[in-house]
Order: sequence, then structure tokens, then C-alpha cells
Amino acid sequence: MNFYFDQFVTGLASACSLFLVASGLSIIFGVTRIVNFAHGAFYMLGAYVGFTLTEPLSGAFGFWGAILLAAIVVAAIGTLIEIILLRRIYDAPELFQLLATFGVTLIVEDLALLIWGPNDLLGPRAPGLKGAVDLFGLPFPTYDLLLIALGPLVLGLLWLLFRRTTWGVLVRAATQDREMVAALGVNQKWLFTSVFALGVFLAALGGALELPREAASHTMDLQVITEVLVVVVIGGLGNVLGTFFAAIIVSELNAFGILVFPKISIVLVFLVMALVLIVRPWGLLGRAEAIARVASGATILRWRPLPSRGRLIAALALTAAALLPFVAGDYLLNVATEVLIFVLFAASLHFLIGAGGLVSFGHAAYFGLGSYGAALALKQFGLGMEAALIAGPLLGLAGAILFGWFCVRLSGVYFAMLTLAFAQIAWSVAYQWSEVTGGDNGLLGIWPSAWAASPWHFYWLTLALVGAGVAVLRMIIFSPFGYSLRALRDSGLRAEAIGLDRRRVQWTSFAIAGFFAALAGALYAFLKGSVFPDNLSIPLSIDGLVMVLLGGVGTVSGGIVGAALYRSLSIWIISHTDYSKLVLGLLIVVLVVLFPKGVVGAFESWRARGAPPTGGESS
Amino acid sequence: MRTSSTIFSALVVIAGLADLSVQAGAQETIKIGEINSYSTLPAFTEPYRKGWQLALDEINDKGGVDGKKLEVISKDDGGKPGDAVTQANELVSKDGVVMLVGTFFSNIGLAVSDFAKQKKILFLAAEPLTDAITWSQGNRYTFRLRPANYEQAAMLAEEAAKLPAKKWATIAPNYEYGQSAVAVFKKLLSQKRPDIQWVGEQWPPQGKIDAGAVVEAIAKTEPEAILNVTFGSDLVKLVREGNTRGLFKDRSVVSFLTGEPEYLDPLKDETPEGWIVTGYPWNAVAIPDHAAFLKAYQAKYNDYPRLGSVVGYSTIKAAAAILAKANSTDSEKLVDAAAGIAVDTPFGPVTFRKSDHQSTLGAFVGKTALKDGKGVMVDVTYHDGGQYLPSDEEVKALRPQN
Repeated sequence: MNFYFDQFVTGLASACSLFLVASGLSIIFGVTRIVNFAHGAFYMLGAYVGFTLTEPLSGAFGFWGAILLAAIVVAAIGTLIEIILLRRIYDAPELFQLLATFGVTLIVEDLALLIWGPNDLLGPRAPGLKGAVDLFGLPFPTYDLLLIALGPLVLGLLWLLFRRTTWGVLVRAATQDREMVAALGVNQKWLFTSVFALGVFLAALGGALELPREAASHTMDLQVITEVLVVVVIGGLGNVLGTFFAAIIVSELNAFGILVFPKISIVLVFLVMALVLIVRPWGLLGRAEAIARVASGATILRWRPLPSRGRLIAALALTAAALLPFVAGDYLLNVATEVLIFVLFAASLHFLIGAGGLVSFGHAAYFGLGSYGAALALKQFGLGMEAALIAGPLLGLAGAILFGWFCVRLSGVYFAMLTLAFAQIAWSVAYQWSEVTGGDNGLLGIWPSAWAASPWHFYWLTLALVGAGVAVLRMIIFSPFGYSLRALRDSGLRAEAIGLDRRRVQWTSFAIAGFFAALAGALYAFLKGSVFPDNLSIPLSIDGLVMVLLGGVGTVSGGIVGAALYRSLSIWIISHTDYSKLVLGLLIVVLVVLFPKGVVGAFESWRARGAPPTGGESS
Repeated sequence: MRTSSTIFSALVVIAGLADLSVQAGAQETIKIGEINSYSTLPAFTEPYRKGWQLALDEINDKGGVDGKKLEVISKDDGGKPGDAVTQANELVSKDGVVMLVGTFFSNIGLAVSDFAKQKKILFLAAEPLTDAITWSQGNRYTFRLRPANYEQAAMLAEEAAKLPAKKWATIAPNYEYGQSAVAVFKKLLSQKRPDIQWVGEQWPPQGKIDAGAVVEAIAKTEPEAILNVTFGSDLVKLVREGNTRGLFKDRSVVSFLTGEPEYLDPLKDETPEGWIVTGYPWNAVAIPDHAAFLKAYQAKYNDYPRLGSVVGYSTIKAAAAILAKANSTDSEKLVDAAAGIAVDTPFGPVTFRKSDHQSTLGAFVGKTALKDGKGVMVDVTYHDGGQYLPSDEEVKALRPQN
């Protein structure tokens, strides 16, 4: 019995350290609607700065002073980033800020490496709390008791701050209706800045408080970011109390889960999130998201099929692409093939996000299912490449139909997070089911049939399939089905009022997007010759999002251009620099500031400047 | 918009120039393509890079191979197998390297080895530990330097069998490396000691251990000895929680790789004492070749070598030896030369076995101890890798024969 109590208290300590970080993310999202991907980076910075400050400062006062100072320093950095970068893009389409914070994360990762070096840094233990106390006969770290006290304390302070101060009232008002608060004369800018600073402060505090438990390392950011995002979503976005409960539930389930299933940790949080979201579509304590008003006067580009001149350009581009093997070497063809594959992947995601208004954080799942479907068809069933290129997309389609059925019951960020949960569940299956998928060691020897083996033949094959895929996606966008989909995106209520079945239409679009992502994945398997769980991992899903956002969500061709741009840039940068993350991060930040509507969006808005006031067009 | 088109044209121009500069490169050198996870694992790959650069300088100072200078073109794989294959392709198709070397992660090593098989180019895997790379997925074109997972497990199982402990528990990261390490260790130890019981196991996700809960869960099974396979940031957390909660008190611990400076040094004054580990005690190695290596390394970098430095150094030495023996840059001749070749490394001469292309590089086994607030290895002995590998006959059954 004592043991179970001890395990419970151990779980509580983990929960509190998780909550400290997650609460900051929750607050930031609640008010600014920013999914702050850089939250993990601030957490990591908190640990590093804390490490640097605890070195010269000693004694109890020095240690705690250093922790607090570290959080303040990092909060100041965060504030600066908010003022310089995020303020410029609050008006950009939803989630565009995600792209900016992703760029910031990349930059911080390389800067941390440059400043603090590559080695893990072991900080000091907390003075006076180094040892263990006897808890029902078992030794329990004293420091963990402090964390357990700190969690509820921070929760209480936040409650007081939000319920008992004018600032808190304004923040809550802004959470519910930003435009109304602005109309009442509140300076939103500083409200947002102060909220962001508070959120970053909590992230950095959480990071610095980890010092006595673990070493500061430059992988801390990505270790924590998905987990806190999941906790925030389980709790209900913007609801700090919900976040607290979610942290406890996740940590306790893990603490006890590993006693029965020692391998459960890898997928547990995502299982919990999927179950919670299926039962409660807005998290434990969350409420339905208010329908955001579209800011009046914002130029919305009307979607049009390509005009005749555009078709000519597209035909010319396609011809030029088809002629590439006559001038390019093997390596360039190889890169071009990879870029084409990502064009299809991004186009399929863009179909979901741009036309459907359904933001997926887990699109890599279908790419990966396509890869594994193709690889298994080849390896397990001995089919040829041709059959494998059909089997892959079919597996992706099946996955999308299954997962999509659950996902379309949700909306907004909850939809996005449920797609992420399913992607992670699919990933962990690929990762764990060694007998079939080869686990982390993957499946090898997935090479094209002899007739397609040469780089130029495989390039043509890819070009044909990607060209056809993109064309079909465009045809769907401008078909009656596409109009229904876009109607549901622009005004769900009105579209349903004229008899459109929201779930059915969105479910169908989810399946279509999954199918084409899987086709890209199948081609990718044959390009690389091997398939690994990486093919359905979070970084690939993020890459897809970055491509779509970079190209421009509100445009028809954004995904295509974004993919071509991002993929060629990242291949080129990683091949030519030592600090690829820094360069790529800076480039993303610059592009975000220059083109808040995405590259294609910026181009089309520029072209529309001379157009009649009805707004521009996108094609 | 004008700005963006300027950026585009600038990028196109830069890309074009980069291509030209490569093509204009001189042809008097022999090019070796090198790939590793530089941006993902700098703590391991930086010493590794220093190691191979030292070897490269030494070789070229002596006139290179057959009068031609060696040139290493190094690429970062970003920690992703797919990107590693792209880089391998660039090295082979564009830069015209004669062989590929490097990689750290097992899955990246496997991806590149399969690429090497497809493109018929020699690949010398430096660091990946998975047994699959030389056995179940082995191929004609792939060789591996570092002692495989199996060898490390065999060395540790030998020591573990001498312990009185009968009840064992295991903690390992939940992926192929951890799984196969535990599986082989269990098999080998149980063969030697049929009386042993396996009472508990924990499989934390790599990089995300919930150390407190894992420590309590293991303590509950009341083992007499523990096998640990976690490393890096997980190891730090495990050690801290384990020390505080008294998990390691009066228990024997056997631990993979913990004696490597890469993993031992971050533990500083919290290094647990008396763990039986594999590793590299750089300042206590009694091998003559090592003394020269250590001196040169410290003179060049004013830093002590990590295990990665030895691996990087030996990799390029091995590559040069293969090139010299083959007296050709033809892939088939290189592969023929590499099979069975003897190479001098800081740990003494090693051989790349003909049967499975695994080198006989060994590892040091010893105990962890604290000295001047730092973790060190004591009671160290060098275990030759060749002694722990299965015989050529057994390997035949493990490796696809074609």
C-alpha cells in the first residue's frame, strides 16, 4: 500500500513540473490564439540561463535568486520576440504565428548550441533540498515535495491574477471577444505582450526548476513541447484549471500505467488525448470556441480556376519539368524528385487546410501509411513496385477514413490535436511492431522496378503521378464538392442551413487528402529505398504545415509553391552550412515578416492592387 | 513582391555558383564521403569530427594514399534517414566520392547501408551499434567499425555472471537499440547462469524518461542487480532519482556505454560508484598506439578525446588502409580489399572480418568511480571485440547469403 501511495506522490511531482510549463502555453493560447511552438525553446532557455546563473551565485539565496532571475531574463527575451516579430503578424491567417514560432525554435536551438556548447550541463541540486525524506517507509526526494507545493501555488496565484485584478478581467474579456475589448478602448497590443511575457516566464521557470532533476540539454525543447501541448488540449484550451487536472491525469496514468504495461509511456499521452477528445470535443474543462469574426475590410482572395494565361504557364512549367532529365545530373534529378513528392504531400495538406479549413497537425500519418503500405506490399506480399504504388495509397486512404471519422466531429485546434494524436498512435505502432514494420530499424530494400530504377525514369514516373495528383486535387477544389467544402469552411452555419452535411463532406475531404499524402509517401519509399517510423513522425507533419503556411493558406497554389521553396531550401541549406537550423529559422522568420499571407498570397495580393475593390483572385 | 523575386533570383544564383565551384574542383584527390548527425548530436559528433580530421591530416602529411591526397566531404544528415540518403546521393552522384563512411544512429546506418548496396559503393559504418547492420541486414558493401550491440552485451554478461545476484531487473530505452541490448544480455547471462530470475523491466521512451516513476517501479520488484541501457539525458535523470531514492544502494548495476566520456562526464560528482560498464577511460589506457594518438589529439585540440574521437580517427585510418590495399578506387576492388583487412587503431590492430565485415575493435570494461568530483573508470581491462563475436560458421546463419 505504501508503495502505491509513493508512486502517487511521485506522479504528482511530475504533474506539477509539467503543469508549470503547460500553464504558460495555455494562457498564451487562451488570449492570443497563438499556438506557441517556441514554448519548448523558452523552457530550454530557462534551464540554460538558470545553469549559467547558478554557477557564480551560491547559497540558498543565490540558487533561488538565479532560478527566478533566469525566468525573468527569458521572459524579457520572449517579450522582445513578441514585440519585434509576433506583433506584425497577429492579423495573418490563423496558425501563421505557428510558423513564426517554429522559426524561432530553430534559431534558439542553434544559438543554445553556440552559446552553451554541445554537452549536457548538470546544474547544482537545490540547497537544503538535496536528499530524501522518509515517506511511509520509502525515501522520497525532498525537492519533489517542493514541486508538489509549487504547482497548486502557481495555480492559485494565476487564479487570483485572472479573477481579482483589472488586468485579469481584461485578459479574460479578450479571451472571450478580442474585437469587443479592442472596441472598448483597451490597448490590445500591451495586453497581448504582457500575457506573452507571463507565459514565457512560466515556461522558463519550469525549465529552470528542472535543473536539480536533470541536465540542461539542447533537446529539452522538443522533449517538452508536444507533451505540454497535449496537456493543454486535454484540459481545454485557455483553461488553467483544466490544464492542472490534465497534468495530474497524464502523470498519474503514466506512473501507474508503467507498472502494468512497462512500454506504455511512449504513446500514453496521445491515447489519453484521443479518448478525452472523442468523449469531450473541447477538452475536460474547455468550452466551444467562439466563432471568430472575420475582420472587416480584410482582402479575401476569391478562388478561381487558372485563367488561360495561367494554364499556359502551368503547361510550360510542366514541359520544362519534363525536360529536366536532359540537362540535370543524377543528384539534381534526385532532389527534384524529392521536391515533387513533397509538392504532392503539401498540396494534399493544403487541400485540407486551405479548401477545407481543417488544420491537421498529423498529416504525416497518411504519408507514412503510404510508405509502409508500399513497403509491406513489396516485402511481405512480394508484389511489384506497380502494385505497391497502389497498395500504399490504399492503406493511407483506409487510415484517413478511420481516423477522419473521429476527427471531423471536432473543430479548430481540437481537430488539429486529434489528428496529431492519431498520427502519434500510428507512429508508435510502426515503432513498436518490430515483427512487421521492423520497428526503429525500418524496412530496407524498397527499390523501384528495373524499368523505373534509373533516376530519370523514376523522376518521370514521379512527375506524372504528382502532376496527376495535383491536377485532380485542383479539379476537386473547383467541383461542386469543392464548393461545398469551401462553403463549410467559410460559414459552417449557413452551409448546413442549405442542406450540406458538414461531417460527410469534411470526412470525404479528409479521406481524399489522406489518399494523396499516402501516394506521396509511397513514392518517397521508393525514392529512398527504405522506410522508417520517421515517415509518420511529428517533424514531418510540421514540415508539411510549414510548407503550406509559407506558400499561403488563403491561395489555391500555396501548397505547391511553399513545398518547392521550403524543400529545396532545406536540402540546400543542410548540405552547405553547419548551422542549418539557424539559417533556416532566420529565413522562415524573414519570410513570415515579409509575406504574412504566404509567398503566393503576397504575390496575388500585389497583383490584385490594381483590381476592382471586390478583392483579388487566387488561382 | 519585388523583394521576394530579388530573393529568389539571389538564391538561384547562389545555388548555381555552388554547383560551379564543385565542378571546378581539382581531380588529384581521392574523395571520401562522410555523413553524420552533426546538428542533431553535436556532443558525440564534434569529438568524432575532430578525430577524423586528425587522421586525415596525419595521412595527408605523409603524402596521402599512393601519392594522392585524401579529401573528406562531410555532410550533416539532420538525424533523419531520408535526409541521410539524399546526402549520400549527393556525395556519390555529384561529388564523385569513392566510398561512404560515418553515421551514428542505427536506422541511419541501415538506410545508408541499403543505399550502398543498391548503388554498389563501399560504406564503412562508424558508430551505429545495431546487430542488423552486419548480420540480418548485412550486405557485401557494408562494413562496421564499432563493436556491435551483441559484443557489448557479451562483455557485460561475462562480468555479470560473476556477480552473486540472482534477481535481475532491466531499464532500457524503448526502441530497437534498447530492446536488442536487453534481449542479448538476457540470453547470454541466462545461458551462463540458469539460476537467474528476471523480476522486472522498464521501457521509458528515449529522451523522455519519467525517472521518479521508473525508479520506484523497479525498486518495487526488489531486484538484486539492475541492467541499465539508458544513456544521455535519460541516464542523468535516472542516476539523480536513483541516488536520491536509494535504488542503487546495495545493488549491483551493469550498464551499457556509461563509461564513455560522452555519457560519464555530464554526471560529474553524482557519478554512481561501482557500476560495471563498457566505455573508454581515455587517461588510463595502457595501449602503446593510444599514447601517440592521445598526444597528437591533445596537441591539436587542447582537449581530451572522447570515444567518438577514437571512432572518427580509426574510421579514416581504415578508409585509407582500404584504399592503399586496393590500389584502386573501383568499388568492387575496394570491397575485396576491405574484407579481412588489418588496420592500426588507437586500441591496437583490428581486423575487418571476412565473414560479416565487422571489425574486431573492442571496448573497455571496468567500474565507475568518483575521483576529484568527476566520474572515472577503474579496474579497467580492454576486451578485444574478436573474442566476443560469434564464429564465422554461426555468422553464416545470421547473414543473408547471396
